[in-house]
Amino acid sequence: MSLDAIRSVSVVLDDQDPSVPDIIKGTGHLPEMRVDPISLFHRVREECGDLGRFRLADKDVVLVTGAEANEAFFRAPESVLDQAAAYPFMTPIFGKGVVFDASPEERQQMLKNQALRGDMMRGHAQTIEAEIRRMVADWGDEGEIDLLDFFAELTIYTTSSCLIGKPFRDQLDGSFAEIYHRLEHGTDAIAYVDPYADIENFRIRDEAREELVAKVQAIISARIEKGEIPKEERDLLDVLIAVGYDAEMVTGIFISMMFAGHHTSSGTASWAMIEMLRNPDVMADVVAELDALYAPDESGESPEVSFQALREIPVLEAALKETLRLHPPLIILMRLVQEDFELLGHTLPAGTVIASSPRVSNRIEDDFPKADAFDPGRYVDPRQEDLQNRWTWIPFGAGKHRCVGNAFAMMQMKAIFSVILRDFSFEPVQELDSYRDDFTKMVIQLAQPAKVRYRRRKAVVEEDAQQPSRDAVTS
Amino acid sequence: MTFRVVADTGVCQGHQLCQGEAPDVFGFDDTTDVVTLLDEHPDESLRKDVTTAVKYCPAFALSIEEED
Repeated sequence: MSLDAIRSVSVVLDDQDPSVPDIIKGTGHLPEMRVDPISLFHRVREECGDLGRFRLADKDVVLVTGAEANEAFFRAPESVLDQAAAYPFMTPIFGKGVVFDASPEERQQMLKNQALRGDMMRGHAQTIEAEIRRMVADWGDEGEIDLLDFFAELTIYTTSSCLIGKPFRDQLDGSFAEIYHRLEHGTDAIAYVDPYADIENFRIRDEAREELVAKVQAIISARIEKGEIPKEERDLLDVLIAVGYDAEMVTGIFISMMFAGHHTSSGTASWAMIEMLRNPDVMADVVAELDALYAPDESGESPEVSFQALREIPVLEAALKETLRLHPPLIILMRLVQEDFELLGHTLPAGTVIASSPRVSNRIEDDFPKADAFDPGRYVDPRQEDLQNRWTWIPFGAGKHRCVGNAFAMMQMKAIFSVILRDFSFEPVQELDSYRDDFTKMVIQLAQPAKVRYRRRKAVVEEDAQQPSRDAVTS
Repeated sequence: MTFRVVADTGVCQGHQLCQGEAPDVFGFDDTTDVVTLLDEHPDESLRKDVTTAVKYCPAFALSIEEED
């Protein structure tokens, strides 16, 4: 059995090139994936079709795209395609002994008992609204923010508060987000050769992790000193302390809990803002929708954001979905083949890595006409290009492993934009095409600078009076 | 024109949001933790609720098939 029948993608960066660090010389496509993964993944589909092959050190990676291959990929049980083994760059971040991800069965159990349960969402929505208001509380009438700094900090507070608990969140400040960011930045693809290699990126990562452990240790010590905490004031940290976990283990658990929801939400909020700045007509539609939705009734009452964020906000939702399609936070999802796997007439032997790319699938022209264009109209009846293409519209993945937090994430996005677009207007302060992602780490983050200017909106009544002229300019 | 509701239990993650949208159409199997269909051919009056359930299913496990 071999993979010879599956085409290999071309090589554009020689793995012996002088620009390639010694440690990954001779590792096939790893040097290219480390600097320009987008081109590599798109080229696999262009040159090889639905099934194509590239090489990462001693592993063959079969990249699948298109509905049929994606469906087989996403439907395969964990015993056949194993997720945990495919992400060596995560182990040093979570720490040894902390699982990468729960099995689908465990995830389902967690859903039933834990923080992502549907009936917990109302409370989370209130928490998130409060956190956003806290972040903008010291904004003046106008000023500048960096999107990465702002949303990365905000989402540290929202994820920690919702998933761990408010007492823990209240003991965090901006430094926690800054350290966490350095940790995320330690996901260099060199980990496919050696996740503990002696390179600067990994040293920074390991120092950041130690700093987080020290912070958590300080919080634990303070709690222990305080003594008995009333039951109603306890959060997950108190439970873990009671179980007897040390700071090292608790930190690993918290990092792993927050990881999936942090850089993903932070990046999506940033890109939604950028795309709306690039498409002022969409921004105007979203603002008009929010203004109408939150307009006070005869008695002067407006719906609460925490209530509305759990309900339909169709125009904003379509803009968010389109943002996710064009800028999926994870550009590649990998599994390790555990037992021979049949796919489109080929047999992939155990030990092969199989991958699916949200970035490539989300832009398949046959499924998404004018695939590179930002067009929220795709999600309006009868087009519904997300539901029509459930195996290629995959910003959240698909199948049993589909992002278990996606309802939470969408609610969070709706709450964020409900608050900030109601109270502020935004404009770019750099060239619109200068906003871009940094793809040089497996965890993709917005490249800095990514600055925007905010301006506090005047009374809504006055804005409404200006509406016709603004429409005239943008249409 | 009637419609049929389809639930893909190989994909369902057990979020149970559909039960909130259309409690007469969607149930839940506590032993297998997946959705069950209480009414595969709901009345036209329930179309809006079922459509919302399909649209907001966090696992994309639901769909509607039109029938003559």
